[in-house]
Amino acid sequence: MIPRSFEYYSPHTLDEAVALLQKLGPDAKLLSGGQSLIPMMKLRLLSPEYIVDINRIPNLDYITESDGHLKIGALAREHELESSEVVKQKFPILADTAKVIADPLVRSQATICGNLAHGDPANDHPATMLALGATVVATGPKGQREIGIEDFFPGLFTTALEPEEILTEIRVPTPPPRSGGAYLKLERKVGDFATAGVAVQITLDEAGACKRAGIGLTNVGMTPIKAKQAESFLTGKQLDDAVMQQAAELAASESQPMDDIRGSADYKRDLVRVLTARALTTALNRAKGGA
Amino acid sequence: MAKVPITVNVNGAEHHEEIEPRLLLVHFLRETLRLTGTHIGCDTSHCGACTVIMDGKPIKSCTAFAVQADGRSVMTVEGLEQDGKLHPLQDGFFQEHGLQCGFCTPGMLMTGYAFLQSNTDPTEDEIRHAISGNLCRCTGYVNIVKAYQHAAQKMREGGA
Amino acid sequence: MAPKTSPEIGGMGHSVKRKEDPRFLRGLGNYVDDVNLPGMLYLDIVRSPYAHATIKNIDISKAMAIPGVLAVITGKDLEKYNLHWMPTLMSDTQMVLPVDKVMYQAQEVAAVLATDRYIAADGVEAVEIDYDPLPVVVDPKKALLPDAPVLRTDKKDKKDNHIWHWEWGNREATDQLFNEAEVTVKEDIYIPRIHVSSIETCGCVAHFDKVKGKLTVWMTTQAPHAIRTVFALVAGHVGLSEERIQIISPDIGGGFGGKVPVYPGYVIAVAASVLTGKPVKWIEDRMENLQADSFARDYHITAELAGKKDGQLTAIRIKTIADHGYTDAAANPSKFPAGLFHVCTGSYDLKAAHVEVDGVYTNKPPGGIAYRCSFRVTEAVHTIERMADVMAHELGMDPAEFRMKNFIKPEQFPYKSALDWEYDSGNYAAALQLAMDRIGYSELRKEQAEKRARGELMGIGISSFTEIVGAGPSKHFDILGIKMFDSAEIRVHPTGKVIARFGTKSQGQGHETTYAQIVAEELGFPVDSVLVEEGDTDTAPYGLGTYASRSTPVAGAACAIACRKIKDKARKIAAYLLEAHEDDLEWEPGKFFVKGSPDRAKTIQEISLAAYTNHPPGMEAGLEAVNYYDPPNLTYPFGSYICVVDIDKGTGEVKVRRFVAVDDCGNIINPMIVEGQIHGGLTMGLGPALYEEIQYDESGNILQGSFMNYLLPTAVETPKWETDKTVTPSPHHPLGAKGVGESATVGAPAAIVNAVVDALWHLGVRHIDIPITSAKVWKLLREAGVKG
Repeated sequence: MIPRSFEYYSPHTLDEAVALLQKLGPDAKLLSGGQSLIPMMKLRLLSPEYIVDINRIPNLDYITESDGHLKIGALAREHELESSEVVKQKFPILADTAKVIADPLVRSQATICGNLAHGDPANDHPATMLALGATVVATGPKGQREIGIEDFFPGLFTTALEPEEILTEIRVPTPPPRSGGAYLKLERKVGDFATAGVAVQITLDEAGACKRAGIGLTNVGMTPIKAKQAESFLTGKQLDDAVMQQAAELAASESQPMDDIRGSADYKRDLVRVLTARALTTALNRAKGGA
Repeated sequence: MAKVPITVNVNGAEHHEEIEPRLLLVHFLRETLRLTGTHIGCDTSHCGACTVIMDGKPIKSCTAFAVQADGRSVMTVEGLEQDGKLHPLQDGFFQEHGLQCGFCTPGMLMTGYAFLQSNTDPTEDEIRHAISGNLCRCTGYVNIVKAYQHAAQKMREGGA
Repeated sequence: MAPKTSPEIGGMGHSVKRKEDPRFLRGLGNYVDDVNLPGMLYLDIVRSPYAHATIKNIDISKAMAIPGVLAVITGKDLEKYNLHWMPTLMSDTQMVLPVDKVMYQAQEVAAVLATDRYIAADGVEAVEIDYDPLPVVVDPKKALLPDAPVLRTDKKDKKDNHIWHWEWGNREATDQLFNEAEVTVKEDIYIPRIHVSSIETCGCVAHFDKVKGKLTVWMTTQAPHAIRTVFALVAGHVGLSEERIQIISPDIGGGFGGKVPVYPGYVIAVAASVLTGKPVKWIEDRMENLQADSFARDYHITAELAGKKDGQLTAIRIKTIADHGYTDAAANPSKFPAGLFHVCTGSYDLKAAHVEVDGVYTNKPPGGIAYRCSFRVTEAVHTIERMADVMAHELGMDPAEFRMKNFIKPEQFPYKSALDWEYDSGNYAAALQLAMDRIGYSELRKEQAEKRARGELMGIGISSFTEIVGAGPSKHFDILGIKMFDSAEIRVHPTGKVIARFGTKSQGQGHETTYAQIVAEELGFPVDSVLVEEGDTDTAPYGLGTYASRSTPVAGAACAIACRKIKDKARKIAAYLLEAHEDDLEWEPGKFFVKGSPDRAKTIQEISLAAYTNHPPGMEAGLEAVNYYDPPNLTYPFGSYICVVDIDKGTGEVKVRRFVAVDDCGNIINPMIVEGQIHGGLTMGLGPALYEEIQYDESGNILQGSFMNYLLPTAVETPKWETDKTVTPSPHHPLGAKGVGESATVGAPAAIVNAVVDALWHLGVRHIDIPITSAKVWKLLREAGVKG
């Protein structure tokens, strides 16, 4: 329960932080919320020689809407998603997701950007960001660059970030009218990682048919999964029960779960089916103006 | 390892200490400052016995380094009582038998302190979710919910 | 029943607010890890990654090179003092630190002594140990096969892994009834290993004062006197002498049985303190607690019930394999290696019964009864209540009606069970009826039928349990030979205040309040005038501690008896003061008065002063008494629980919609505290029923070694418990009280399982082993062709 010793740095600007990462190399880890990092350090599963604490860098804790996007800064905490008015109005799927991450105490420290940067397929936001079609902004020695969320998770515990880059912002396009989304997670108890989780974000056209569907899957593969076949199946169709059931079956077939302590692969696959159908129903309801 | 100086305001008093960066906030409070009301119940950030308030937010002090508290203010259970008067939450737990062994209690109190600031008339369901990061083995939670409700009512009536 | 005393006095029946609360609410409790002594050193433990391995080499050089690491203690060091092995509470033997081999994953292998906690942790990581893995035995059935590796090679002539065989009952009569039975049901019931996980882990601060030659140990222990005697016996040869050993059990953050055993960490800390003359603190972290401390359950049960077609039960037959881990360190009374498992005839008037249990060694941590279970009573109740439900469903009978038909009737008490327990009192039908009324049983059955017709899954489960607590009468009960009496020492001061000390030790049960209430009840001192102390063996009278719900039945009785001795003397003093004859005096709470002349009275406070200033000539001064109470019998709390569940066909999740608990613990001291015990007990029944289990893979690796996977229910998983009561006093207890701390943990799991099986019976499900996870239910549903 006691971490190994490390050297501690607390930069006051992003440039300083990036320079430190460059100087200290791969033995340095960033500390933002610390709710994934510190537990690993306490178990000595991870013992970085250097910690670069970015919590003192000002103006990174925003959640604002501008230029047709919701912009989430590096130090925006999970609990802020639960209380943000703009999130409640236009991005309820983000509030759904935040609510089921760990527990309320963890959420007062944990950052949304950190939830992506950790690269853990068991984290919840990756699936939601996949469903929303978000973009990640990385800041490094060469400046800023944008990375599409679909390209952000190449492998287990791996992201597209370069070693000296910091994930400084997530940009979520503001959904057009007649949009709705939902995130459903089956957990063994509050605070657990998902046995399976499904994020669904849809937009309907004026005739009520599905114009765009985004479906992301949590913890049923080595990376968060975008259920592309289910997404294309839904596009252009009226979403009746039969269609949604079929999409759910497709999403299940796209998942790649493994047997583990939370359940068998068969169980998880079927959960994807069940949760996708339910999330679609809620998303559809919200797209039509309901709750 | 080289020690770093930190200044932390704890329960209204400034403390200047030199500590190892790896020192967990909970150990800083318990061992360096000898405020042993904050407890340790696990090593995987699940139990919440270590809950304190840092800059107004309830956090698990076992999942933070003391250096992160530099320049910040921390409130622990020892800081709840003011001028010998119990906080409505403390009184609520006393009146409603919200504690048995007392080990999870400081964490429950501090979570409640933060929670009732933003939710002055919580439903039972909201309370249960608010304390879902605090484990109790003794009470079965029923009376903890009642203690929160008792405190909320008292605070609405102006007893805060 | 209305209290006999006023609220100001606060005797039995009053929901007096707890006297111990103020310090806990202020964060001023004094738990073991709060103890801080000058020069205190820290002990941290190196643990084995292997479940079974020979120790080839321990290299401490890197650890010793760390500044601040003072010593690394190994089995070879302790062997010099013959402290490397010690007895268990069941007269088996356990390693403190191994010399040759380790026998469970996370076993203590070496201990690092350092100047602070952080350096000790670094030291632990730096100790290098070479192991030679040995074949691992985790399945107790496989452990009994002839070709299984023999684990206890330390025992000369031991050629197998069988510990003991125990049986009770009339095998012939039972077999006869089974042969004649119109209907029999049989199930295999596995009750898995679980861990009590009090929020405070175990630990101690050992301080050997070289000048006084005295050892003081602050320890998380539920039984401080027993520990003191064990230390004196085990370490007498290194100079520890019982009058110079002081065990202090300060505030304890939950016990539930997990803080009864003597863990190696305590012994090593004591040894380290004796050797260095400095205080040594050892506090285990949660993963150590889960992986190495005493567990509970792990019973592989095959149960059969026999009866008639009309639902009349006749007999029960049970065979059990008990997985004890590598040594028998369960803290059972010595005559009962399977605890009180033979209360498994339950609340029913069975004509014959036979039960047999075989204890087995495996490569796992030792233990067996540390989870609020009353010495294997949870296992017994789970079995009989599950089987009763299986039989009822098999016969197509309503489970409530089935139970009513078979209950022991009030007029049959005191009732001798087919397994020789004499139940003191009970009214099982009344408790079940009250539970049914409270939950709206018949409406729920209607709702269930309607839902079933629509394909929705809803279940109702009942558990009507009889508990058995208050160990115990000296004729049958001892631990390591020490009889299981308990004690109260009560002293009244001249100013009418009282100090009362006990041989028990609260870990949250509220003794500082409830014992004071007994004194208030018996002697009329206001409850605020009575100071209760427990846990310091230098001052408290000898007792066997608090576990198995024994404090109220045994020490509570001692308290009443000691008070009555005081009252006898007080009467004499009052008579003297009032110049009346003792027989002419009447008592009302707090005073004696002359019959017919109520103004000729003396309060208990006046009498207290007189005991020191104006007592009758020839009488000793003072006003105090001690009682060591040898209970004539156990007490038998009981209850009926009804649980309603809804099952999500898609995910397999079980939602407990409602749970009504009706408990009868005889006369109640503090209703608020009793209700709190029930809430907590129910939650520790819910945990094992749906969430908690400890499993090992084939190599002996623990799968739930932290709270990541050992799942404690939060306030979200826990339903809003509904409680009620009946009151059937114990005829033999001085206060008519029975004890209640564990009832709910004992009775609840069966109610939950019965509800789930009830929901799924029509799909062909007859039994599900706990914990009933969503994954398990999902599998059963899909196998039955139900798709969500």
